[in-house]
Amino acid sequence: MNTVVAKLQRQFQDYLVSLYQQGFLDNQFTELRKLQDEGTPDFVAEVVSLFFDDCSKLINSMSRSLERPENVDFKQVDSGVHQLKGSSSSVGARRVKNVCISFKECCDVQNREGCLRCLQQVDYEYKMLKTKLQDLFNLEQQIVQAGGAIPQHFPSYTILRPDIRPCLDA
Amino acid sequence: MATKSMGDIEKIKKKLNVLIVDDDPLNLIIHEKIIKAIGGISQTANNGEEAVIIHRDGGSSFDLILMDKEMPERDGVSTTKKLREMEVKSMIVGVTSLADNEEERRAFMEAGLNHCLAKPLTKDKIIPLIN
Repeated sequence: MNTVVAKLQRQFQDYLVSLYQQGFLDNQFTELRKLQDEGTPDFVAEVVSLFFDDCSKLINSMSRSLERPENVDFKQVDSGVHQLKGSSSSVGARRVKNVCISFKECCDVQNREGCLRCLQQVDYEYKMLKTKLQDLFNLEQQIVQAGGAIPQHFPSYTILRPDIRPCLDA
Repeated sequence: MATKSMGDIEKIKKKLNVLIVDDDPLNLIIHEKIIKAIGGISQTANNGEEAVIIHRDGGSSFDLILMDKEMPERDGVSTTKKLREMEVKSMIVGVTSLADNEEERRAFMEAGLNHCLAKPLTKDKIIPLIN
């Protein structure tokens, strides 16, 4: 059993680090994990679940605003992007946040085609992240079911030098 | 940053009563968790108008108010001004987004903030302010 737990724990750590290396997550996700404790073991899962619900609603709303070329409500779209950028920043969803930066630039110059491309991209990125995090949470569950503890390593993401591998803080 | 002693943490636990003013439910949950993690207790308001009503009706006294800038009904700048007019003495910390420019931050500070922090908030950003 210890071997199984150790293997799962290693898998979990490696997968978590890979999410940082691939740019899906940044240090804010680390901060969320640090806030999770025994009293609120599902804190991170609940927060990201809310975030994904937000993503879905905002993307649908922005899609409607961009639907008709002759009647685009860029103010509405900009408001949606602003909210999405804020939420993604709050949970550490780095790729989603980065698309929002480009998205805002397209809104500022009222570039509908650009906005549509960004909308597609942000939809792709949030769904990708959702899948990745679900896999991460599944690994957590497997560890707990096998009688182990979830590793408390907190990777940090250095963005100044992308070639620097994230370090594991003990 | 100096490591906090257990005595200091206990002082924080006894004193810190926080009002979190933000229209984003996600931020409210995260900020409440941060305050709990540093040993405080919190109340929330979904916009500036609610924050004003809380002070007007309840005679509440908070050690710290975390004030989001962009909110419907009444934004952070207007709310801060109003609370200062009501002679609210709490430490008010503005919470801005990276999109806000220097002028916007200055206007927010001039409304009566004690400090301004950029999102996303973390424990490490808040703890030095309440020392």
